[in-house]
Amino acid sequence: MNTKNIMIVGVGGQGTLLTSRILGKLMIEAGYDVKLSEVHGMAQRGGSVVTFVRYGEKVYEPIVEEGQADVLIAFEKLEALRYIHFLKKGGAIVINDQQIDPMPVVIGAVEYPQNIMEDISKNHRVYKVNAVDEAKKLGNSKVFNIIVLGVAAQHMEFSKDQWLSVIERTVPAKTVEINKKAFELGYSLA
Amino acid sequence: MKGAAKVTTKELMLGNQAFARGAYEAGCKVSAAYPGTPSTEISENIAKYDEIYSEWSPNEKVALEVAIGASISGVRALASMKHVGLNVAADPLFTASYTGVNGGLVIIVADDPGLYSSQNEQDTRAIARAAKVPVLEPSDSAEAKEFVKFAYELSEKYDTPVIIRSTTRLSHSQGLVELSDRIDIEDKPYNRDIAKYVMMPGNAKGRHLAVEKRELALIKDSCNFPINRVEYNDTKIGIITSGIPYQYVKEALPEVSVLKLGTVNPLPKGLIEEFASRVEKLYIVEELDPIIEEQVKSWGINAIGKEIFTVQGEYSANMLRKAIKGEDITYHAVEGIPNRPPILCPGCPHRSVYTILKKLKLHAAGDIGCYTLGAVAPLSVVDTTICMGASISTLHGIEKAKGKEYIKDWVAVIGDSTFLHTGVNSLINMVYNKSTGTVLILDNSTTGMTGHQDHAATGKTLKGEVTYAVDLEKLCRAIGVPNVYVVNAYDGKKLEQTIKEAVASDEIAVIIAQAPCVLLKKASITRKYYIDQEKCKKCGLCMKPGCPAKTKNENGDIVINETMCNGCSLCVDFCKFDAIKAIE
Repeated sequence: MNTKNIMIVGVGGQGTLLTSRILGKLMIEAGYDVKLSEVHGMAQRGGSVVTFVRYGEKVYEPIVEEGQADVLIAFEKLEALRYIHFLKKGGAIVINDQQIDPMPVVIGAVEYPQNIMEDISKNHRVYKVNAVDEAKKLGNSKVFNIIVLGVAAQHMEFSKDQWLSVIERTVPAKTVEINKKAFELGYSLA
Repeated sequence: MKGAAKVTTKELMLGNQAFARGAYEAGCKVSAAYPGTPSTEISENIAKYDEIYSEWSPNEKVALEVAIGASISGVRALASMKHVGLNVAADPLFTASYTGVNGGLVIIVADDPGLYSSQNEQDTRAIARAAKVPVLEPSDSAEAKEFVKFAYELSEKYDTPVIIRSTTRLSHSQGLVELSDRIDIEDKPYNRDIAKYVMMPGNAKGRHLAVEKRELALIKDSCNFPINRVEYNDTKIGIITSGIPYQYVKEALPEVSVLKLGTVNPLPKGLIEEFASRVEKLYIVEELDPIIEEQVKSWGINAIGKEIFTVQGEYSANMLRKAIKGEDITYHAVEGIPNRPPILCPGCPHRSVYTILKKLKLHAAGDIGCYTLGAVAPLSVVDTTICMGASISTLHGIEKAKGKEYIKDWVAVIGDSTFLHTGVNSLINMVYNKSTGTVLILDNSTTGMTGHQDHAATGKTLKGEVTYAVDLEKLCRAIGVPNVYVVNAYDGKKLEQTIKEAVASDEIAVIIAQAPCVLLKKASITRKYYIDQEKCKKCGLCMKPGCPAKTKNENGDIVINETMCNGCSLCVDFCKFDAIKAIE
């Protein structure tokens, strides 16, 4: 099998690291070679963050490059637009319909781009989810990232049970039930 | 499918976790470090092994000296740091190269090509060459672990400290690692050896000879080290590479011949000459400086390197496909997308201090930490950032150049951890040499930027044990600072008054602005705020401090993002219309 490339983009503090931990565990258990690359340190302070996940028989490069992502998971709209050129032709992009203004927008120096969803939809298969609202309905806004992951899971070859089993063993014990519910919700939305 | 997990000894590990595991398996007994991205997790993971004594030292020089002491006493020891940390530790490094070791001594240093979280892009190999210390460079997590074990063997066999060079990409990538058991290593006996360990001129002359002999032996012997590996394929193109760039070479050019170097200082000269003679066109692929390239070319070997590869930032497989194969790979990013620079978190106590410095139109000699972000708009109050501890000494230099009246428009800002790292020496200098400037210690009870590590003033060790805590106020008084103020960082009125008095005074002053980092558990958020749209005049004053929790919605209303607000109430003070209220 050719190496598969997943990218997770978002804003520092949105919980991308938990998502990539789940992905990593899932892929090892499926018997693949895996490489994951994350952002730590200064960039995490509210900055634009990217996580690369690659799996296959033998993985060399730990990063996903432009035009190579099979699945792009965007936790924020502007970040989806920033990294859209990393998506492979025919790849799937899952976008959490959330707007977090970057500082140049907050201080009025530039405007937040309008119609991001429409623009990206012109050339790509977009799967949109308002995960923050959905998570609030479940009673915990923090699990929005697992809802997004649930949507993205439809575009990978692992079974729902495989996902749930890994989630169960990765998230803190107290939050297992809510995270499993969040995943199932995302999975059903796709 | 529950229980589908395979039983395996393979684990997905960060490069930094793998380094820690390597130290554990190699029988390392003492580890010391100061946090610094991208090296921090090495020490944090070592702390999980109770077989290894591990500590946060106040700076990298101290950390390396702790490791040197442990090594001289006869156990395997480790120091870890980021690239600029090695500058601080350069003094002990250069002489430990002369003394050599008793128990193995390994120093893991993480470079930051691409400047993800650093003030420069220096190359550790250059310092190691100057210090004549061997350097190993692993290329993934599995090698990270194995190279630590090999480094200890090398250290003891060749009587030398050994540096392992990492990079951000290696330290912060995860790959599969096969675990082994810890080697049981007996402590070596300590025998007094004045000629080896007391580096006064007469002894150092003798040791310098030993260093030069060691270099020659390593140049020869390393040709046969298994970590220097030739992978012959098509010999039209040969590539010499090491570390993470090896992965890019394998990804982009699986058909070429590769000499993968595990030791990058000193270089295995014979092996390189042989490889060069067997390939038609030779490339050298190394991130940052042309360290391998310049040496290889100096031997009269034709090679292509920095003529086509950059000395800046990270490499990638596509970069090599373009440069070596001439492939046309161009993808265009959408143009005009607003940047998303890192910023101070909502509710950060530093923002509270900076809004006052901005209001008083003061300049700030800055330092290294989250609070460096005070240089970013809309705050833009930090004038300088050089290195750890430099804020206080640069302020002193400005005063000595321009006089005490000039310095009344200036302060120095430094964090608590950075102050204890190297700021305290600079403060001693200010007092000793009669400066009158004002130093603000932004005391958030942690080492923030690197992800919340304890330090000598937090009362907790790396292992989470309760310990003595340096009292910053008493420390400043003991140094001889006549005016030391302790102020709550969120108490804007008092802070403003104190800063005004301190800068106007002809005496040196230290203001300790205290409030724990909002991301620390002890900074409990008791309330959140919202904007009463009936009262809001949309004047935008509350946006001035640049809090990321505030945003304008489609209707032009200013709203507070409830999940992001950390309840610092700074914006409440900015609002002239009482429109910002606590959520009951």
